[in-house]
Amino acid sequence: MSTDVAAARPGIDLARVKAWLPTYGVYAAIVLLVLYNVLFTPNFVTWSNLRIQLIQVAPIVIVALGMALVIGTEGIDLSVGSVMALAAALIPLYLGYGVVAAILISLVAGLVVGLINGTLVARVGLQPIVATLALFVGGRGLALVISGGQLKDVRNADLIYLGSGDLFGLPVLVWIAVVMVLIVAFIVRRTVFGRRLLAIGGNRASAELAGLPVKRVLISVYVICSVLASIAGVLAVARIQSSDASAVGLLIELSAITAVVVGGTPLTGGKVRVLGTVAGALLMQLVVATMIKHNLQPSTTEMVQAVIILIAVYVARERKTR
Amino acid sequence: MTQLATDPEVPAALVAEDVRRAERTDRIVGVVQRQGALAVLVIVVVIASVAWPNFRTYDNTATMLVAAAPPMLIALGMTFVIITGGIDLSVGSLYVLGGVVAAYASQWGLWAAFLVPLLLCGAIGVINGLLIAYTRMAPFIVTLAALLGARGLMRALSSEGSDTYLVKSDAFRSFGTGTFIGIGYQVWMVAILVVIGIVVLSRTRFGHAVYAVGGSEDAASLMGVAVRRTKIWVYVLSGLLAGLAGAINAAKLGSGVTVLGTGMELDAIAAVVIGGTLLTGGAGTVTGTIAGVLLLGVIQNMINQVGNVQSSYQQVISGAFLAVVVVAQTYLVKLRRVT
Repeated sequence: MSTDVAAARPGIDLARVKAWLPTYGVYAAIVLLVLYNVLFTPNFVTWSNLRIQLIQVAPIVIVALGMALVIGTEGIDLSVGSVMALAAALIPLYLGYGVVAAILISLVAGLVVGLINGTLVARVGLQPIVATLALFVGGRGLALVISGGQLKDVRNADLIYLGSGDLFGLPVLVWIAVVMVLIVAFIVRRTVFGRRLLAIGGNRASAELAGLPVKRVLISVYVICSVLASIAGVLAVARIQSSDASAVGLLIELSAITAVVVGGTPLTGGKVRVLGTVAGALLMQLVVATMIKHNLQPSTTEMVQAVIILIAVYVARERKTR
Repeated sequence: MTQLATDPEVPAALVAEDVRRAERTDRIVGVVQRQGALAVLVIVVVIASVAWPNFRTYDNTATMLVAAAPPMLIALGMTFVIITGGIDLSVGSLYVLGGVVAAYASQWGLWAAFLVPLLLCGAIGVINGLLIAYTRMAPFIVTLAALLGARGLMRALSSEGSDTYLVKSDAFRSFGTGTFIGIGYQVWMVAILVVIGIVVLSRTRFGHAVYAVGGSEDAASLMGVAVRRTKIWVYVLSGLLAGLAGAINAAKLGSGVTVLGTGMELDAIAAVVIGGTLLTGGAGTVTGTIAGVLLLGVIQNMINQVGNVQSSYQQVISGAFLAVVVVAQTYLVKLRRVT
């Protein structure tokens, strides 16, 4: 970056804008979009609307957090949607033993999937996209087999509270997402594990030479990602009060990857932006909400999303020569 | 190896024997890696033929081939893309888009029903290729955006997916349903395209460029291969074939169904990988891909034969299969490197 040379020039400083945009562009976009909505969208700044947006974005944020960690190691996890379906399918089966048991079983399912993904990537040495593709295909199939392909209603008071209850004026769902964000942010910024994760993503060979437990860290990252996805699956069941293995988490891997990428985490690894990921998920949610409020069709929304992804990646591309 | 050769204590004959053995292992491992899918396909077909009398009938084979025709086209394009070290996630959406557009365009006749989807999906392939070749954005992300964009376009053209255009051209409809010696026209067409694909990949300058780019981009460009042009062409090819696959599917169904195609891209990638093409690029064959596509098709057909098994088992088996094949392949590649 020739920041020094460019800074000497008066007027708009292109180089600095270029360096600034990938990091803070997503926040700027959110601010602009919120301003636009405050000014031009009727009934946007109402509590009920904001509440709905937050509830809708919460599962995506939770999945995207795990995805951000995986992408930070230069990997990708396509199986998150299938893990959600698997977790959702297991809930009604074990609800008889109580809510805690059912949720635990779902989380264990996530843990197992993560172990398989992680082992395939770290020990066998498969490319992450292929390793997780196998469970993307097989996981949902398994979920459908477990649930018998049927939609099952869930009528458990505790679970329903988890999905639609309030705590201190905010939905429980949102609190859970906030806690997850804080935990993941803490892991990335303040723990040895986080440092190792970034080191592996930055340069795996040198991380190995430096004596880091590369395989163990990689497996743990995939486990965390899958467990987060299974939490999202449980919450999805709690929110819609039914378990439908064919619909829960469908295409969420795309939303999660989009949130991570728009949030400024490079696909090349070595860097995880936790708050950026949250902002990325919020931005995409806001874009969709704004377009729906202005009676634009979902098809237009999808095309706009495509353009936003391309812009975000194009802008972030400059940072490759880090 | 070098250690042995330089060691004066070891007789030369022994070294030569050792080298020969290593070469033999290398060759066998190579054949298994490249033709493993074919071998498994043969075994599975034999087992299925013995177990289910219905499986080995001419009708069932014809049905299976017709069902495999669109995935085969998509996987053919994907093979080219993956050999260059890229990936194309947009093909599932392009497949649906192609089907919807073909059904709509069939009101202008048979040729329009083929040309319009080809032009549209080819154009999206051009955009993919240009972005990947000139901006150095990851193929994964560019084609992910194209997946969303093409799906949006398809929904916009079909009133948010609620309009199903019926095929108006009788000629186009009969292309989809007609048969030649008991096997659908589309199967013949796909077979011809696949043969062309094999020849192009293994016998032409472009085919060599595809391998060179996937092997090492820098080396290819030093060799004088037009890296960017090659990359653009493989994505165009992938887009065109996905559009064509959609068109022939629309001809078969008699309408442009808007709800199909989710996950089609991942099926295609799975078939290509099972067929022995490495995702790292630089290696792979169309014949392997054929075996991969047919294998997935046969598994589905077998599960249909059993009857009382839920169709979701097919996904479980396909996923497990993919995992086993890829793990086996990785070990084979490692084995080759060691020997």
